[in-house]
Amino acid sequence: MISLSINGKKIKVKDSPDKPLLWVLRDTLGMTGTKFGCGVALCGACTVHLDGEPVRSCSVPLSAAAGKKVVTIEAIAANSVGKVVQAAWVKHDVPQCGYCQSGQIMSATALLAKNKKPSDADIDAAMSGNICRCGTYNQIRAAINDAAQAMSKGGRT
Amino acid sequence: MSAIYNASRRDFLKTSVLAGGGLILGFTLPGAARFAEAASVFSPNAYIRIASNGRITVVCGLSEMGQGVHTAIPMLVAEELDADWSSIEVKQAPADPAFNNPIFGMQATGGSTSVRGHWEPMRKAGAAARAMLVAAAAGKWKSKPSDCRTEKGMVVHKSGKKLSYGRLAHAAAKLAVPAEVKLKNAKDFRILGTSMKRLDTPAKVNGTAKFGLDVRLPGMLTAVMARPPVPGGKVVSVDDAKAKAIPGVRQVVQIPGGVAVLAEGFWAAKQGRDALEIKWDDGPNAALSSEGVSRMLTEGAGKGGAVGRSAGDVGLSVAKRLQAVYEAPYLAHACMEPMNATVWVKPDEIEVWAGTQSQGPSQGILGKVGGIAPGKVKVHTMYLGGGFGRRFAPDFTVDATLLSKISGKPVQLVYTREDDMKAYFYRPASVTRFVGGLDSRGKAVSLSASVASPSIMEASGFMKLPPDGVDQMAVEGIKDCPYDIPNLRVEYARREPGVQVWFWRSVGHSQNLFFLESFVDEMAVAAAMDPYEFRRELLSKQPRYKGVLELAAQKAEWGKPLPAGVHRGIAVAQSFGSYVAEVAEVSVGKDGKVKVHRIVGAVDCGMTVNPEIVRRQVESAVVYGLSAALYGRISFKDGRVEQSNFHDYPVLRIDEMPRVEVHIAASTELPGGMGEPGLPPLAPALTNAIFAATGKRVRKLPIDSDQLKHA
Ligand code: FES
Ligand code: FES
Repeated sequence: MISLSINGKKIKVKDSPDKPLLWVLRDTLGMTGTKFGCGVALCGACTVHLDGEPVRSCSVPLSAAAGKKVVTIEAIAANSVGKVVQAAWVKHDVPQCGYCQSGQIMSATALLAKNKKPSDADIDAAMSGNICRCGTYNQIRAAINDAAQAMSKGGRT
Repeated sequence: MSAIYNASRRDFLKTSVLAGGGLILGFTLPGAARFAEAASVFSPNAYIRIASNGRITVVCGLSEMGQGVHTAIPMLVAEELDADWSSIEVKQAPADPAFNNPIFGMQATGGSTSVRGHWEPMRKAGAAARAMLVAAAAGKWKSKPSDCRTEKGMVVHKSGKKLSYGRLAHAAAKLAVPAEVKLKNAKDFRILGTSMKRLDTPAKVNGTAKFGLDVRLPGMLTAVMARPPVPGGKVVSVDDAKAKAIPGVRQVVQIPGGVAVLAEGFWAAKQGRDALEIKWDDGPNAALSSEGVSRMLTEGAGKGGAVGRSAGDVGLSVAKRLQAVYEAPYLAHACMEPMNATVWVKPDEIEVWAGTQSQGPSQGILGKVGGIAPGKVKVHTMYLGGGFGRRFAPDFTVDATLLSKISGKPVQLVYTREDDMKAYFYRPASVTRFVGGLDSRGKAVSLSASVASPSIMEASGFMKLPPDGVDQMAVEGIKDCPYDIPNLRVEYARREPGVQVWFWRSVGHSQNLFFLESFVDEMAVAAAMDPYEFRRELLSKQPRYKGVLELAAQKAEWGKPLPAGVHRGIAVAQSFGSYVAEVAEVSVGKDGKVKVHRIVGAVDCGMTVNPEIVRRQVESAVVYGLSAALYGRISFKDGRVEQSNFHDYPVLRIDEMPRVEVHIAASTELPGGMGEPGLPPLAPALTNAIFAATGKRVRKLPIDSDQLKHA
């Protein structure tokens, strides 16, 4: 049994320590908001937060998540930054197919949690690991800028 | 949803009679099928349900893959219903003939047909519901319908009395569906033509939107398959001992498509698949190589073939003759969500959960696979994590059906990214040879094009090469060349390297307009004319082409100097009933690296349902087209696909994203499609800009930056 903290809840799972966190979330726990896109840390669809850091859960073995705080898209609204990011995503109607957007929102939230006023280059650096095949990049950028501005004004978009 | 559709169809017969033969062919009348509903819900047809609390559900038979159809279709209904947009919800329909796409005659989403096909039927459905609500109100008020009008979800009497649609639902449900309805004049639209927010956004920002891969059923097994590494290859022998030793692996099954490992969850299934020891017979394609494909197609284009269009005499003597050979590679769709399907073959029915573009045909195909009548195949269409044509294909649903049938369990078949990349169904490789002629004043007077490529029509399984031997999809975009060139000839040489090809966003237009619009640029250069002016002159009889060309040029300030090193290219195309011109602003580094600064697009898609969705679709197509032009290539060596994941099949990322501006031309024409038409002009606008920047003509995609190096 391995103990995990997922979205603030203590959970024990029987999975083997080398099983990627992504599949623990999606298959063992049925939390399907975190997506599978490439399996090898190339696309960002599976991004979650591990102790506040954005990680590609497809490439994080369960053992590496043990004892750390995992936050997924399902709980991002409970995070003060995540809530603002989500609202900006809605305001800009960012998603098209939507499949990459859990990962985009997780990466954007991690960026804004650390950097309240990201430059274009900061956004590029933080977000270029997240592919969007529908091409919503300009809307993602606009939503991040909007969220940053909203945070500076106290959290409203 | 299924509970509703499982109920008996109370009004089925009645409405069938009303709808005449229109039920299956679809939409000749707004009636179609009425499904049984709770008495308090007013459901005048299969597409609309109005609850007594005023919530209006639009049931949409089309697949939402990002193109916005789950917003556009409700807008069509809501307009004629005079609904309050904030009361509208959308639900995915089951597979049912009531939801046949009128353009296809089957229930499917593709070919940028959704708005074009449903423009009238969905508005009629809304108008019929509105008429019934008005009649119900008039009945209550003992007044005439003509004394009533509607407004934002209310019937309003001339005296000022009002009743909400919710309050009228019960009474309206008892009335007959009107046989004839009157539609609004476009000038009275108040929902159509506005940028209503997408109805699917909320679920797509919090992880609750359910895609095919998110289906979870009790007792479900996950399958990952080993497929022949060479197209047409076969299994010789399988040693599955190591696979079966992996904890969680339950069964190893061989089907025609390959060998599947069924397990508890993806991770065990994938480990099991990777542990299979299989001997393959590579079959006749063992030597397949990209060089071989290229040679075969180049030979075909040189020889020519079936004549698709012929006017005048392309052999006439001209002042200047130029010729060029263009080539495009196989491309994978690389949808963000890898292919997958979940199927449960039960004794008396088959249930399918999939992000599919072809739920209607799936019923027939999977019924055959599972040995059951098509009507017993229940298709639950999930959100599609990208479609681009790929999800029209039946490979993933067919294999999942076989695996469920054999195992007796619900099975979710998952393609890894590598499986997805190597699973064929590619955009065909293609080569076109052009010969063009200019007269002494530099006017284009002749153009011949010889296209060589595999036949998508034959590969589709549901179309055949037409009697003239010209695959429409292989020549589209060239055959319908709009330029006023009196001597014109288009030929098609079918060549089949042996790889399963398929529809890829904008299909033949995706490569053919790169070919044509590049060659037209070459002709402009040979004529020593500005490429924009050269096109404009040749389009004097094509107002819609000319309109978008001029709009794009004007918005991009064509002719006005750009910062040092930045150059423009332009291209124009029509596909799926919409006209798009694009101007690319590009610089090329000394190392040959291409930087795209800005794309300015102009679109004439007829009347616009939702301008913001139109702009986003063009932008999306620009990104998809840029990925293809800069990086996209599926290549073969020793019969094997060389690409596997996003490291060797790169796609555009946010740090390479140009600014994109899209301008919509006002139009009163019927709507055109929008999912695809933004793509075809992108590659040639880009490579024409590269020519302007470097003097080097890109005749082969993807762009090879090594060839663009300059001192
Ligand atoms: S699935 Fe983890 S980065 Fe792509
Ligand atoms: S919205 Fe479809 S991949 Fe990003």
